[in-house]
Amino acid sequence: MTTLAHNNVEHHHGAGDHVHVDYPERPIEYQTQDGALKILGFWVFLATDLILFACLFATFIVLRTHTDGGPTGKELFDVPIFTAETLILLTSSFTGGLATFEMHRGHRNRVIGWLIVTALLGLAFVGLEVNEFVHMALEGATMQRSAFLSAFFTLVGTHGCHVSLGILWMTGIIIQLFQRGITPITARKVYIVNMYWHFLDVVWVFLFTIVYLMGVM
Amino acid sequence: MAGQHQTPTAHHEPSFPWQYVIGYVLSLVLTVIPLWLVLDHVLTPTPLTIGILFCAVLQIFVQLFMFMHFTHGDGSGEPAYQTVVLSIGYFFTVVFAGASIWIMSFSSQVQ
Repeated sequence: MTTLAHNNVEHHHGAGDHVHVDYPERPIEYQTQDGALKILGFWVFLATDLILFACLFATFIVLRTHTDGGPTGKELFDVPIFTAETLILLTSSFTGGLATFEMHRGHRNRVIGWLIVTALLGLAFVGLEVNEFVHMALEGATMQRSAFLSAFFTLVGTHGCHVSLGILWMTGIIIQLFQRGITPITARKVYIVNMYWHFLDVVWVFLFTIVYLMGVM
Repeated sequence: MAGQHQTPTAHHEPSFPWQYVIGYVLSLVLTVIPLWLVLDHVLTPTPLTIGILFCAVLQIFVQLFMFMHFTHGDGSGEPAYQTVVLSIGYFFTVVFAGASIWIMSFSSQVQ
């Protein structure tokens, strides 16, 4: 297990990439000073992103009964669909965790495999959500219809945008893993994208509970 | 081509991802319970709302502790500073949502 990094401060990866290791004794994602800073910085970002969602949730909770005679959550939300979305996202959070696990064990191909599974589950989730939005719009439940629907589409859509961005980001990291393998830099990227993904799962659990479950109650 | 399949420092992870599997099972249980509570109408609205919100809060802890390495430091022996940062974030979240509900409860004028 202890090989290159303990002996050399500089070691080589792939086609001439030099990765400077500051702390060879730490977990791989924290081995560069830059990596440790970026991970802490990303936690700060998650805290601010949480506050963005807090504002949207607060707005939704206040406006959820203001349907202006239009369709209500109870009429619009389809239990099997939002349950499927929830299970898909929970499973993708788990498979993302497995990617981090395999990264710590140093298995590049398994990390790539689990990230691909995670991104595909994310894609399935976004597909279901887009389908749901289109169906709602065709039934006349558009964003402009009522305050409830404005708040609904803004809140759920912001989460959907986050997931879509996460899929693109994850795809970029999969490509880098193919090119460079697991280095302290790619490891930090895998670690951070999974933090983001787990965070989106936490946000979805509250969408599931407050928007959908309390909507069909 | 070092680092293609085995990293320079593959480190102390167990051979089976127990922590992730347990976290996944817990998250499924915490999804099925509120779903069942809502669909089978076993509770009146207020305890039902409290019950499903409680399950959601437990889900946060599952994700944070089982998946996100929330309390893990960077390996230097320094504290895990993200616990402070995210706790402040959660505090503001609760205050924003709670205070909005509270202040809007004084007015039924907003359509």
